[in-house]
Amino acid sequence: MRVVIAEDHALLRDGLTRLLQAFDFDVVASVDNGPALLPALVTHRPEVAVIDVRLPPTFTDEGLQAAIAARTRIPGLPILVLSQHVEPLYARELLSTPQGGVGYLLKDRVSHVGEFVDAVRRVAAGGSAMDPEVIAQLLARREPLAVLTAREREVLGEMAEGRSNAAIATKLRITEKAVSKHINNIFTKLDMPPSDDDNRRVLAVLAYLDA
Amino acid sequence: MLAGVAAIGLALTNGPLLVLSIVALVLVPVPFLGMALVSWTTTLVRKRADLERRLAARSGVPVARPYHPPPERAVPGGWRRFRWTVTDPATWRDLAWLVPGAVVAIVLGAIALAIPLYGLMGLTLTPLWIWLGTGWYGYGTVWSVDTSGEALLCLPQGAAILAVGLWVAPWLRRVDASFARLLLAPTRAAELRMRVTQLTVTRAGTVDAQAAELRRIERDLHDGIQARLVSLGMMIGLADEMIDRDPTAAHAMLNEARAASGTALVELRHLVRGIHPPVLAERGLEGAVRALALSLPVAVTVDADLPGRLDTPVESAAYFAVAETLTNVVRHSRAQHAWVSLRHGQGRLVLVVTDDGAGGADAAAGTGLRGIERRLAAFDGTMALSSPPGGPTVVTMELPCALSSPKTTHSFVTD
Repeated sequence: MRVVIAEDHALLRDGLTRLLQAFDFDVVASVDNGPALLPALVTHRPEVAVIDVRLPPTFTDEGLQAAIAARTRIPGLPILVLSQHVEPLYARELLSTPQGGVGYLLKDRVSHVGEFVDAVRRVAAGGSAMDPEVIAQLLARREPLAVLTAREREVLGEMAEGRSNAAIATKLRITEKAVSKHINNIFTKLDMPPSDDDNRRVLAVLAYLDA
Repeated sequence: MLAGVAAIGLALTNGPLLVLSIVALVLVPVPFLGMALVSWTTTLVRKRADLERRLAARSGVPVARPYHPPPERAVPGGWRRFRWTVTDPATWRDLAWLVPGAVVAIVLGAIALAIPLYGLMGLTLTPLWIWLGTGWYGYGTVWSVDTSGEALLCLPQGAAILAVGLWVAPWLRRVDASFARLLLAPTRAAELRMRVTQLTVTRAGTVDAQAAELRRIERDLHDGIQARLVSLGMMIGLADEMIDRDPTAAHAMLNEARAASGTALVELRHLVRGIHPPVLAERGLEGAVRALALSLPVAVTVDADLPGRLDTPVESAAYFAVAETLTNVVRHSRAQHAWVSLRHGQGRLVLVVTDDGAGGADAAAGTGLRGIERRLAAFDGTMALSSPPGGPTVVTMELPCALSSPKTTHSFVTD
């Protein structure tokens, strides 16, 4: 699977490259600044791009801006954005380019190699990977969630992070049938249109939490 | 009208005050009594001048207090206090103002009173004349009012004169106040001296706050992250030792090490956010406040109109002031909704935070609002609080500052 990496910190850039190569990804380009990113994405048309939010020369949110610009140029380009901190505001901006897989994770998550690689694959396949921290911040401010049971809130969180029913079942150690029952309850209680498509489901849940 | 009466009444005390002051000055050579008398009469004169300043401020002419701050360990009647009194030019300017100020106040006050009273006379005497049926007096343009028709003419004239009188009264008050300002306001030198004093105080506050902040950061780094990195190194070392003898234990140790690195990162992120939130560096004040609004349990509407970025220190002070105010809203106000407005115009940044909560906030009661005031004071900024019981609470913060580079980032609508 062909990947483009954008990360200015040499240690992390090499680490990411080695990590992804170890899992049979083909790192076709790795850039260390904002202006070089868009041309690299346009030239290589990777199957997924892993991008740091903060890049030279301004060290602000160049990576995020370049990611959003790239998705306008190349509709459906799957992008996984990494950052030292996560903001629901940035998640919203990333999701406002609806086509193709989107991920937004804290850099810390890279240390759980298996889960991180899963997230990259999920995004490449057109799915979502939202950081639990983003979801936690969104969940923390929604009072109406009191109508949900503790278990349903757990399932909602996992769903918002972009996991499939099967993955949620494994993570929470319940059956897939129980998962879909919880999900039906959630959608009914929160009055949301049900959807089987994982990605559309994430968008619906995030839109609800973010409203 | 009432202000006019008050001004005249107060002006009548000026003469006696001047006489008292002169008597006190003449008696200075008398041991003990003389210096005490001067202190005492000066206090009286200053009270009187302060009243005049307050009246002037109410008619739209702010007049600042010009006096030197009192010396330390000054006993009433003592030498220090006496010297402080007589070396302050404001003392002599107050005395110089007493008589001319009274004359101007009385003349202008009399005019301000006479015109509306004459108008009122026209209105009230007309019915009297008609009732009596006789005229022996005139009014306005009608001299010797003899018929009911002529008496009726007094009504519109009286009304017009009353209206003119009421219209010019505030203007006359302002003229009076402007005259008072000539002598009662600080001279340029006094203004500069007060500015230096204020800067000294705010600088001390800023330096203290910064030092305390650095100590907190040092403690957090030392007790938190540094300690975690040390234990992380130990765990990795242990795992390295064990990896051949006991791979399972080494595996568990490495997992633990990873968890420790995660905790260190969380702490570090928390610390960084407190020093300078990354989103503030990335998006400026508007973006940072929008991001903050999204993370609060109260619905916050952000309305911003900032065509450029602010200087970093001002941006940071403004952000923390808004953040602290919103924290207060979440903690104390029981509000459902809050509104933040960020505006820049005429060299000032104006931040307004409103909520629909219970109101009754008191700047003197909590340390939070005091802290905001101190933070803003370092930049000559001010904070005003309006919070009647029952709400709404409105906190208005102003900072003089310039906008630098034009905005390069985009903005999203947040609600």
